[in-house]
Amino acid sequence: MSIPTDLRYTKTHEWARLEADGSVTVGITDHAQDLLGDMVFVENPALGRQLEAGEECAVVESVKAASDVYAPIAGAVVAINDKIESAPEAINKDPYGAWMFKLKPAQAGDLDGLLDAAAYQAHVESEAH
Amino acid sequence: MLKQTPLNAKHREANAKLVDFSGWEMPIHYGSQIEEHHAVRRDAGMFDVSHMLPVDIKGEGARAFLRQLIANNVDKLQTTGKALYSCMLHEGGGVVDDLIVYFMSETWFRLVVNAGCADKDLAWMEEQRNRYAPGLQILPCRDLAMIAVQGPNAAAKFWQALPGSEGPTRSMQPFTAIVIGSMFVARTGYTGEDGFEIMLPAKAAPYLWQALLEAGVKPCGLGARDTLRLEAGMNLFGQDMDEKTTPLESGLAWTVDMASERDFIGKAALLRLPRDKQLIGLKLLERGVLRGHQKVHTAQGEGEVTSGTFSPTLNGAIALARVPMGVAVGDRVEVSIRDKRLPARVVKYPFVRNGKTLV
Repeated sequence: MSIPTDLRYTKTHEWARLEADGSVTVGITDHAQDLLGDMVFVENPALGRQLEAGEECAVVESVKAASDVYAPIAGAVVAINDKIESAPEAINKDPYGAWMFKLKPAQAGDLDGLLDAAAYQAHVESEAH
Repeated sequence: MLKQTPLNAKHREANAKLVDFSGWEMPIHYGSQIEEHHAVRRDAGMFDVSHMLPVDIKGEGARAFLRQLIANNVDKLQTTGKALYSCMLHEGGGVVDDLIVYFMSETWFRLVVNAGCADKDLAWMEEQRNRYAPGLQILPCRDLAMIAVQGPNAAAKFWQALPGSEGPTRSMQPFTAIVIGSMFVARTGYTGEDGFEIMLPAKAAPYLWQALLEAGVKPCGLGARDTLRLEAGMNLFGQDMDEKTTPLESGLAWTVDMASERDFIGKAALLRLPRDKQLIGLKLLERGVLRGHQKVHTAQGEGEVTSGTFSPTLNGAIALARVPMGVAVGDRVEVSIRDKRLPARVVKYPFVRNGKTLV
């Protein structure tokens, strides 16, 4: 299972990356795609939508199950990756490349409250038991 | 503690993702269930179905007993090896289980029942036996493993894997079985493709599995098995029918013999109960995935999805749904998916048979 050290993570298995322009890119982790299996449907939040931290804002569905995606931090949706809506399997192949949406954080520094790679690894291991 | 089949070690060798299925540790997939699905539609795949239970009915009067026990008419079986799909009903007309019965001789019929129902089925059959045919033996074959080899190239690869098997099985018709030594080979399946289901001693199963693997047969998990059977329009007990529903409202009227004089357990209830529901096929007209228990809104009233999935062959969502009578093929209905109502078309199923899309 891959957990890049340059990303931040949530307990609900989203990853978040702070970009140079201050926006935050969001996707689901390798562990999440592995649990769900073959991805067949993605529904992203509407562009411009204001999200609270932890709010249900997107859905990914595999053949097996549907899973909600939660906003890692508060912010406005400034970009969505519509390519993965027509090719959801990209999430299986490259979970950290196949991003879902980008947020403009309500407050700079919000990302610091998320898990780092080591803490996320520990969280995944704790859930396995 | 989960029960394991004789092929458990083979699944672990192949990096299967193992899950609890009706108390059994079974492979859900070996990496990609969609690739496994396509392998069965386009080439050949194999499934460990050793969790299912063969039950032999042995002794004088086996046929007469089965005339009462199951809803389909066992008298349709007149040639040795012929198989029949049927529901087994309780007195109220609900489905105890669905099964395949093979006619091997007048003193030997073999039934194959669902893993999750096996204990219940045995208790039910023993109770009926004690009432109607106390001399009859009901013998669960727990020492048998079962491998299903399915797909357009399944037969050829099975023959390649098992030298000497081609001669006796080449001319087998669908829904027939033969005995070859310690193997029971049936031309049946749960995918809508050609292939064999092979019952054999537990100890021999890993060798056959390995030989099939070497012949290029792809191991497939229960995930692909479910999408394949749904595309093939085959019911799953516990989803599309159960003890609270009759076969008539589960798309299984074709398996219930009401024409003959024969009485069978549940017949009186089927004659008495009003039939106000039916099972239909659905194809979602927008992006999304149909799932069990989603509400279906029709001009005739509400219904519910019983089995829904993403169909890899159709590259879209399909489902079986139980809806009021009067809903017809071609109708446009709506399905509640989360906070939306999405349009779907009522279609005739099966959705896919022998690799071809039918809807």
